[in-house]
Amino acid sequence: MIGVLLTAVAYSVWLERKVSAHIQNRWGPTRVGPFGLLQPLADGIKFILKEELTEPHVYRPLFIAAPIIALVFAITSISVIPFGNWVKIGPVDGIGPWGTFLQITDLNIGLLVVLGITSMGVYGVALAGWSSNNKYSLLGAMRASAQMVSYEVSLGLSLVGVVIMAGSLSLREIVDAQGGVFWGFIPRWNIFHGQTLAFFIYLISAYAETNRTPFDLPEAESELVAGYHTEYSAMKFAMFFMAEYANMVTVACLATLLFLGGWHGPIFGPPLLQAAMPVVWFCLKVFFFMFLYVWVRWTLPRFRYDQLMAFGWKILLPLAVANIVVTALVVAWSA
Amino acid sequence: MFHLILFLFFGAICVAGAVNLLVQSHPINSALSLIAVMASLAAEYLLLGAEFVAAVQVIVYAGAIMVLFVITIMLLNAGTEERTKGSRIAILIGVPGVTIGGVLVAWTLLYRSNTREVPIGALKGDPSAIARLLFHQFLLPFEVTSVLILIAIMGAVVLASRPEAVARGPRKDG
Amino acid sequence: MDIPLSCYLVLSGILFVCGVLGFLIKRNIITIFMSIELMLNGVNLSFVAFAAQWHALSGQVFVFFVMVVAAAEAAVGLAIIIAVYRTRETLNVDRVNLLKL
Repeated sequence: MIGVLLTAVAYSVWLERKVSAHIQNRWGPTRVGPFGLLQPLADGIKFILKEELTEPHVYRPLFIAAPIIALVFAITSISVIPFGNWVKIGPVDGIGPWGTFLQITDLNIGLLVVLGITSMGVYGVALAGWSSNNKYSLLGAMRASAQMVSYEVSLGLSLVGVVIMAGSLSLREIVDAQGGVFWGFIPRWNIFHGQTLAFFIYLISAYAETNRTPFDLPEAESELVAGYHTEYSAMKFAMFFMAEYANMVTVACLATLLFLGGWHGPIFGPPLLQAAMPVVWFCLKVFFFMFLYVWVRWTLPRFRYDQLMAFGWKILLPLAVANIVVTALVVAWSA
Repeated sequence: MFHLILFLFFGAICVAGAVNLLVQSHPINSALSLIAVMASLAAEYLLLGAEFVAAVQVIVYAGAIMVLFVITIMLLNAGTEERTKGSRIAILIGVPGVTIGGVLVAWTLLYRSNTREVPIGALKGDPSAIARLLFHQFLLPFEVTSVLILIAIMGAVVLASRPEAVARGPRKDG
Repeated sequence: MDIPLSCYLVLSGILFVCGVLGFLIKRNIITIFMSIELMLNGVNLSFVAFAAQWHALSGQVFVFFVMVVAAAEAAVGLAIIIAVYRTRETLNVDRVNLLKL
């Protein structure tokens, strides 16, 4: 599973470079392998072989620990994400169907675990900036951690509407509640079934949580040198890089599970294909979200920091609370 | 057996973190050891079956309150502590006194109390049951603590803002 | 195998004792604050432990209130620390011993 995630992370970097290049009317990586598909491999080798700059004035233990913290938490949150439905892998003769849920663990409180790990991810950023002993890093880290903490609130609140509709915090049950269709042909995904506002609040908060444009002032190249990872080189920078993309993948997975119906989609074909179709649909939806991330990054300009904080607290938070109230009223009335 | 091993493992991390908080001279090290204490306490809550409480402990305590502490330490650039006269007296008298009191309490708890044994995951605190309690029996404390947080927010904003900013009023900005 | 509840209570007591010690012997005000949080955590553990023994979920619900109060207190306390730092320029409690500068 970790291998799958890291490969997904590496290829999301490739996706970003290709899509951003085409938006900017140029090619992107084309030399290394067909369509530049081996570019992440080349990047990985470069990162491993690059010289590690050893700065004498940093606070060593935290300097080394911060990217590890960021990466560990980013990868751990993938362990509660269900990829597909019950998959039969054994014969059905007398013993009963063997099968497995395509998920590492199915926790009763899966959604809260993801939120908790997101909260802990702030430490990687804050400690990196502080231990670098560099005023640009410190400023970038403080801004980044304040931004992440502020948007965590609206992130969590926008998900409460989904939880009210599904009646459970377990990710698998939330997806199961989105099966079927209503009005004949519209699938009962949460985005169509009433949580549209919550979807947009979640998306915006998630962009701010992962420090991506239009909210990437803390790490903007033109503003603060490179923000909290100014002093990092080679492998440690690669870990931050991977942690950022792993966070993006986690957010995309959560968005598909909670709002887009997870692995639900038309199932057709021979039984082997039928078993694999849910995973294919899941991957397609996650891919759509990663594409959306890259698209938005290279289309929208950056927010100024006070505009960013004002937006998070004064607009998104009341909207999320209003969403909760309306959802609760509708659910209570129709019960 | 498994229960005992897990309990001792996370308990050792708790105690080590707590002692480390006392021993370290730089506040950032104390903050990090407190985060370790809180994370292992969340694991202890899971051992007792309180899964929702464990998740909330990680989200609220280790993920928000301690971030506040770490940001404040970074903002105020707190350096290492200095030894003053007051601290020497406190160590001389305080450490033996509190330790004796603690040993007394621990001995009473271990040998004189009549507590029972608890299995692993003793009381399953799933969110719906806790929510039912929270909104029926404990509704008044719930509302009162919401008002308390609101007052705390207002107080913190006013206290931490600069005096001339408060006097000037909100900026007219786009 | 089941663990007697007193083990959890002893752990809670150790955390509380370390919190009290930190409150007494540390001179940096932020570390004193963190010792208060450690004390509150110790109390939370004994709440959950007793809830497990008496099968009363109210113990776990009370942990929320303790956490909420701790959060509110941390917010206001840190704001006070920042305000004091701005005027006194020090974080050592032994130096903040005069009402007027």
